[in-house]
Amino acid sequence: MERLDDLLAGHPFFAGMSPELRALIAGCARNHRFDAGQYLFRESGSADEFFVLRHGRVALELAQPGRAPVVFETLGEGEIVGASWLVPPYRWNYDARAATLVRAVGIDAACLRGKCEADHHLGYEMMKRFVPILVQRLHATQLQILDIYGNR
Amino acid sequence: METAEAAAAAPGQIADMARIAAAAAAADPFLPRVYRVRQARRELGDTVTLELQPESGAAPAFAPGQFNMLYRHGVGETAISISGASEDGAGFLHTVRKVGAVSAALAGLEPGAAVGVRGPFGSGWPLAAAEGADVVVVAGGLGLAPLRPAIRHLLARRERYGRVAILFGARHPRELLFRQELERWRARLDVDVMVTVDHADASWHGSVGVVTPLIRRAAFDPHETHALVCGPEVMMRFAAGALCDAGVPQSRIHLSMERNMKCAIGLCGHCQFGPAFVCKDGPVMRYDRIAGLLAVREI
Repeated sequence: MERLDDLLAGHPFFAGMSPELRALIAGCARNHRFDAGQYLFRESGSADEFFVLRHGRVALELAQPGRAPVVFETLGEGEIVGASWLVPPYRWNYDARAATLVRAVGIDAACLRGKCEADHHLGYEMMKRFVPILVQRLHATQLQILDIYGNR
Repeated sequence: METAEAAAAAPGQIADMARIAAAAAAADPFLPRVYRVRQARRELGDTVTLELQPESGAAPAFAPGQFNMLYRHGVGETAISISGASEDGAGFLHTVRKVGAVSAALAGLEPGAAVGVRGPFGSGWPLAAAEGADVVVVAGGLGLAPLRPAIRHLLARRERYGRVAILFGARHPRELLFRQELERWRARLDVDVMVTVDHADASWHGSVGVVTPLIRRAAFDPHETHALVCGPEVMMRFAAGALCDAGVPQSRIHLSMERNMKCAIGLCGHCQFGPAFVCKDGPVMRYDRIAGLLAVREI
């Protein structure tokens, strides 16, 4: 458990978080390794875990019938994969594929949600860290929708 | 020039006419000088790099970031950034994407064709001011073209600068401009090159997403950094915002603006941008001087 706590302590997402709160989160954590091509999760699967990326690149993709899947974002070291665990019905809306060897810490969503309900200070800390990520991704999506590099 | 008079003239007379035209062009910024297409290189499906060489004499010197007015006879004239000097230094490189009648006519030119050239015009990238500092180059799509001379300058004088990061965003892996040159830059050990695309399939192993998040991933000292940004204006607004968020002073963020340039010398007013004219006061402009104007739709 100490080692997982250390791993979280070195990740930008947890920068500035008190050791006590981080230890609570580490209690819901486990280590993962995904080889290139393996999926962290698949669309419509249960969002029962999110991932703190330590190494490698993850491709977020959407499958289309009769076509190759489209990669709409890649995430790398220092970033977080998955936000659907925050919002009912806790289902993934896309696939997450390891584009390279990936090392990550997985956080059990039900475990962490339970701790956040019991300790709203922890819950607020998590929200303060997740909301900027969601806003940044929303802005990035707006730029992608504009298709700014196209001919117009 | 492919006029009836020129076609009927003897070679010596043509050379004399070209010399006279060159001298007149130097005196009159409205008079195009005749250049010939030496080479046309297809970069992407709709984008071509033309190597233009003056019919006589040498091409004038230019500063990275400046533009020329290119005139296709019988079609019209448009402002095109200089994307480099030709290898022998005798001419200009212009990278042209087909988006309208004039650019389509230019992009369709074959070697030997005549083009009228006025310029170079406008302001350049602050490469001398950036010496001793880190430099972050942020390019989107065809915006890499006006930045290429600046990147070549930085890399040719690498010892004069701190860390150099080149961040490039494109629509799709098929639409990466100057791909071979990008790969050469990336192979160097003294420059940080990051490339991202908006969309890709699984065969692309690089980054997917917009260019602005790359700013957070790049290594530079924000208080000692000059940023050079060129791309679609929406991208530049977001990139400038991300650079400010990272701590880069607004006065050290430089954007290459694009407006409807016609006369290129600040007389006609077509490219007016608030109190400035993009052709004369730009195209490279300091963000602190234009940040308030970028959000005004009417401008």
